Amino acid sequence: MVKTEIKLKGLTLKNPVMTASGTFGYGEEYADFVNLSELGGIIVKGTTLHHREGNPYPRMAETAMGMLNCVGLQNKGVDYFVETIYPRIRHFDTNVIVNVSGSNIDDYVAAAAKIDALDDIPAIELNVSCPNVKQGGMAFGVTCSGIEQVVKAVRDVYHKHLIVKLSPNVTNIAEIALAAEDAGADSVSLINTLLGMAIDAETRRPVLSMVTGGLSGACVKPVALRMVWQVAKEVKIPVIGLGGISSATDAIEFLLAGASAIQIGTANFIDPAISAKVAKGIVEYCERHGVEDVNELIGSLTL
Amino acid sequence: MKRISDFTVIAKQSWFRVAMLRLHCDEILPEIRGGQFVQVRVEGCQKAYLRRPISVHDVDYQHNTIDLLIQEKHEGTKTLCNLPVGAKVNIVLPLGNGFTMPDKNDNVLLVGGGIGIAPLLYFAKTCKDLTTKFLLGGRSESDLMLLDRFREIGDVFVTTDDGSMGEKGFVTQHSVWNTLKINKIYTCGPIPMMKAVAKIAREKDIWCEVSLENQMACGIGACLCCVENTTEGNVCVCKEGPVFNIERLLW
Repeated sequence: MVKTEIKLKGLTLKNPVMTASGTFGYGEEYADFVNLSELGGIIVKGTTLHHREGNPYPRMAETAMGMLNCVGLQNKGVDYFVETIYPRIRHFDTNVIVNVSGSNIDDYVAAAAKIDALDDIPAIELNVSCPNVKQGGMAFGVTCSGIEQVVKAVRDVYHKHLIVKLSPNVTNIAEIALAAEDAGADSVSLINTLLGMAIDAETRRPVLSMVTGGLSGACVKPVALRMVWQVAKEVKIPVIGLGGISSATDAIEFLLAGASAIQIGTANFIDPAISAKVAKGIVEYCERHGVEDVNELIGSLTL
Repeated sequence: MKRISDFTVIAKQSWFRVAMLRLHCDEILPEIRGGQFVQVRVEGCQKAYLRRPISVHDVDYQHNTIDLLIQEKHEGTKTLCNLPVGAKVNIVLPLGNGFTMPDKNDNVLLVGGGIGIAPLLYFAKTCKDLTTKFLLGGRSESDLMLLDRFREIGDVFVTTDDGSMGEKGFVTQHSVWNTLKINKIYTCGPIPMMKAVAKIAREKDIWCEVSLENQMACGIGACLCCVENTTEGNVCVCKEGPVFNIERLLW
């Protein structure tokens, strides 16, 4: 029997597999395909203090082994989440984690404080890396001072496990991760999407309504893996790896690079049952390699 | 309940850039409503990362088959159109909401254009007590495949842009609009056509549902990519639609 439990500070995952924000709805959308109790956690759609309509259609462009999106944090606001969605999903037999975003520090703080009051939400993932909103979002996540400001402010009001989701659209992601750690983050998750662009040559126009969007999917995996490795070497807090993970083998690679847990994002669109398959596949890998505890894999890359 | 199932291509018919695949499933098919769609995984095509949403053209519960009418638009749909008999296909189904079932006293017109005729066949078959009337349009005769299947279950009126079949012009210009008494319209086809049909419906105060095909990623309401701006703001076409009453749209 392989041990799969992962302990992050104050947050226990039954296995290292979670689903990435914005790709898994509120878990309900996938209930026909995945037994949610087989997952370490689900991270629900980015939630902001106020209702957001998001960006205009078209919001998506398919790319080679990936996709661009510019959804722009469409959600009904934190109060709607608390009153309407939370009661439906709070008793899922897995960690339900809320991704929190904002356009200024006060909004981040106000939304985080409201989630802090919810008994069955053991953690938030602070989204300082959304490339698709004009104000806030990625603006906070691309400088050390920006990330320090927002993480410190949220840390003051949020008392449970605080994950900070990092942007890959920076020169040195390890510095940003260290700034998040110093400001009080309990863990960092990376990577959010890479800023990209698509053009329709026939019409000579951009494909996306916002011209640029975030790239995700299998194509970003090597970049994500490199960044997880670079960050895991520098920080003391746990690292949650994501970016293009589409199989158990991909997930194992992130654990070897130093991730304590992983998230599955865009791959959920191609195979809605992939998250539970990855969780099973990790166990099979451990059995095949005589690994008794998944924790043995974390950062065990042989150089 | 939605599910992921493997299907096998057991028969196919091909036309210029269009194919009809008959797909057999070893498992018992779930209940599928007319106007619902499926998400088809595209294997072996480097340019198709995501699944392709395709509306259900016909269902045979007795033989566990579904028919998909697929138009080759880009590389992904081209790969699907080229699938040989015997090929395995992974499909998520059934997705979205179907058309609203009419009452048996309704006078219904089903208006389809181009590949948009696909869901109307199966929907009409599920409306058992109804005398079905189809108004189908294409650019020319070669666009209007499978008309015999429609004729088997109802009256078929046709327009073509070039006049090679039926009346010349757009579906909205067909003489049937002046002769038939209609109180419900269901339509699927190119956006300009559906907008023109919706305009007629508004003018004549006729109840009307349209089926949209905004570009999708997940197909189950998770990614929020396929939104349509409606009277209630942005909503997912895959989950809230693909069928919308025109009263909900900002057309």
